[in-house]
Amino acid sequence: MAPPRNRRPGSSRRAQYGLFFGYVVAVGGVLFALLLLLVSIVDPRGFAAIKGAAMDVTTPVSSAGRSVLRGITDFGTGIGDYFRAGSQNAELRARLQTAEAQAVQAEAQRLDNQRLRQMLQLRETATDEIAVGRIVSSSFDSPRRFAILAVGGSSGVRIGQPVRAPEGLIGRVLLAGRHSAQVLLIVDPSSTVPVRLVRDGTPAMAVGRGDGTLELRTLEVGVNPFRRGDMLVTSGVGGIYPPGIPVAQVIGIQGEVTIARPLATPARVDYALVQPLYEPAVVPRSDGGAAEPAAEAQ
Amino acid sequence: MSRIAGSQRAVVYRDYRRRFVPVATTVIACLLGLFPLVVSTPLVPDFGFLVLITWRLLRPEIWMPSTALWLGLFDDLISAHPLGQSMALWTMTFLLFDLIESRIDYKDFWFDWLFAAGAIILHTSGAWYIAVLMDSPTHFSLMLPQIGLAILAYPVVARIVLGLDRWRLAR
Repeated sequence: MAPPRNRRPGSSRRAQYGLFFGYVVAVGGVLFALLLLLVSIVDPRGFAAIKGAAMDVTTPVSSAGRSVLRGITDFGTGIGDYFRAGSQNAELRARLQTAEAQAVQAEAQRLDNQRLRQMLQLRETATDEIAVGRIVSSSFDSPRRFAILAVGGSSGVRIGQPVRAPEGLIGRVLLAGRHSAQVLLIVDPSSTVPVRLVRDGTPAMAVGRGDGTLELRTLEVGVNPFRRGDMLVTSGVGGIYPPGIPVAQVIGIQGEVTIARPLATPARVDYALVQPLYEPAVVPRSDGGAAEPAAEAQ
Repeated sequence: MSRIAGSQRAVVYRDYRRRFVPVATTVIACLLGLFPLVVSTPLVPDFGFLVLITWRLLRPEIWMPSTALWLGLFDDLISAHPLGQSMALWTMTFLLFDLIESRIDYKDFWFDWLFAAGAIILHTSGAWYIAVLMDSPTHFSLMLPQIGLAILAYPVVARIVLGLDRWRLAR
């Protein structure tokens, strides 16, 4: 169907003015929206109250949906398990055997570790957490990588606090409502996490690439210190993220560029822990080392 | 259902259905953004925008450009976008459609798909550029799957919207 050549609604003056007024509102609205956008870009926390309130309203919806979705997935897995009981039984028995052997090994290593820690007089870093919440949704239709957590300001969650799962680091709180929080994932390109190589302690920066992986950047020039399979943990440099949280594993090296995959996948973790902001003390240590880190609750 | 409204209530119901189905379905499509899906790369189309431009291309005469402003505000509030992003991009898309349609006096499904593809590319690029301005320099190639999926989803959404439109105007 061909639309009318011009949208002039007949000869009625009133209708013509109405159409014109509609355009005035639209153009004015675009300018106003661009102004809002400018404020959002310059000061991302400017509309935190409004966005936080809206998030509090929408999070229960996602949260309920998430339970249903998980229920359906579990139900499907349950049926599958029933049919594959025999082969699974054998497989699990084999796995149990290796796991038992590994458990003994791990216990030995734990005792070893404890002894070494005592020798070094290292404090056991308190794994204190502010809140535990579920990851209920993510920004799947936007170029940014955010996740929504179902805990918020009423549980003590504040902007900037690191968020982790048992497997590793997830991100940090960007916006906190009363009962929900927006988390900037470490795979977002605006996220930078100071890390170190577990093998030899080489410091590096893990920068998000937006596609679920991280790029590792070091200060060293010429030689790439990473190897495939290397593990990275947070170094605690610069605060925010406490040291020693597992972050990522190196999965590929293309010349100067090193790609790592986060150890904690937000899609698969059930619960995320919000931890207090880590603030290293600024007093220099007498033996010339780095500043003694002291985890302080915010 | 009988073709003639039996009571005053039926008249009112049909009037509301005729007037509010387009806006209501767009709002519902925006709410799909709350779907509890956690992904680590942009892939899923922006349903709110897709349904809105489908309605707009199917029924140009029922939309004022300023309607997109309010729907954009709603989308900004419930999604993770910075406030103002959808407001500006959606309203600009509507103004652009008005401008194009005042120049071209031919229209069929393939043209609609072409305009929709153009709008999807502009909308996604705009969202990408805003993310870059907000210190999140994603590589543009990461957005290509999302653009492709949204363009391919258009005919499907168009079928659904067409069905809704027939129901809306049914007597």
